[in-house]
Amino acid sequence: MAQTLEQPVTTGLTPNPMLPEPHRIQRLRSETDDTFTLEIEPTDGRGRFLFAPGQFNMLYVFGVGEVPISISGYPHGTKPLQHTTRVVGAVTRAMRRLKRGDMIGIRGPFGSQWPMEEATGRDLVIVAGGIGLAPLRPALYHMMAHRESYRRIVLLYGTRTPEDILYRRELERWRGKFDLEIYVTVDRASSGWHGSVGVVTTLISRAPFDPSNALALVCGPEVMMRYAVMGLHKRGVPPERTYVSMERNMKCAIGFCGHCQYGPAFICKDGPVFRFDRIESIFGKEEI
Amino acid sequence: MIHNLEPIIREQPFFQGLEERHIKLVTGCAKNVRFEAGQVIFREGEEADKFYLIREGLVAVEVLVPERGSTAVQTVCEGEMLGWSWLFPPYRWRFQARTRQATRALAFDGKCLRAKCEGDHDLGYELLKRFSRVVTDRLEATRVQLMDLYGTNS
Repeated sequence: MAQTLEQPVTTGLTPNPMLPEPHRIQRLRSETDDTFTLEIEPTDGRGRFLFAPGQFNMLYVFGVGEVPISISGYPHGTKPLQHTTRVVGAVTRAMRRLKRGDMIGIRGPFGSQWPMEEATGRDLVIVAGGIGLAPLRPALYHMMAHRESYRRIVLLYGTRTPEDILYRRELERWRGKFDLEIYVTVDRASSGWHGSVGVVTTLISRAPFDPSNALALVCGPEVMMRYAVMGLHKRGVPPERTYVSMERNMKCAIGFCGHCQYGPAFICKDGPVFRFDRIESIFGKEEI
Repeated sequence: MIHNLEPIIREQPFFQGLEERHIKLVTGCAKNVRFEAGQVIFREGEEADKFYLIREGLVAVEVLVPERGSTAVQTVCEGEMLGWSWLFPPYRWRFQARTRQATRALAFDGKCLRAKCEGDHDLGYELLKRFSRVVTDRLEATRVQLMDLYGTNS
């Protein structure tokens, strides 16, 4: 029987969720050509920023704008708050130019979380595509901190090229631990790549897990998630044991503004993590 | 020792559900093969006279690109099938296959199998269903791959 886990407690940063709290950049680390990780610390001396795996913050680059970015670091508050993102627009471009000691505003944490409690005693299949590994990383940290609570943990990760692999050193270290099975594939191989080639969904049929018991966490581009969910279903993992993390244009992050409305739900408030059967009827619909 | 291969062939996911009489027929066309890491299994343009079920290892399906050399477009691993050009004229490989790791496989003689399928259309239908499934899955994967999912504009 699986034991009950100590679930990271979500602590609202401020009484006013619309008010960004100033934080200081501790470190900016390039992950790949177009992705980077920010390590951030609070300015008021508060040492712990607690969040649940799967949640996101609103990051405000002063004078430029605010964007939602999922939290990619350790969820138990003992290490700096981390956000990994890709340079896709004006705000993330400005963010990449920040240096150690620069200030950034943070609101959060917001949104739903990966079902770490429900996952206890089960095989876990984590399917990540591209930057989609970032929101899953806190869940992986949590699993490894409570390794005895889970059965097999299988990470299936796909990227565009070998050069686009996020957290490469960490993945190699995790693979060496022998209690986490990691399979990486790339869409386009360069000559020095000796691993798998093909989309991440092809790994699902090969992966060693028990579908009758497994719970799946999926994050990546929506099209990838659609085919991943199909592949999982084909292997015998039903929609009610499959979780996806959705992405839309989030603004207020508390379900007021309606920018991220997704059918009857708001991604910022009811998501971004959804149990798949709860959004299955609207998932992939052009009108939604 | 052809008969020794029967239990191995029966266990292959590709042949799951195949009738015993058909297992015996395909076993008659099969042999065990091994390849070293980096070995070319077949080359583009050569006669396609076999298909393989990978028992262990990893094989890259490659295209020869001028000035870039061999470029892997897909990999095939344990439990998966490699090669369908033996099924259709002109029976020539369209791609190259090269091992990425030391690989063990079952090799099936294409001419032998085609003759048995002509003699037993039930076997032919069963094999075609299995090959069609693999071809469909790989077509779907290729379409997703073509979308460049992780590009900046995705």
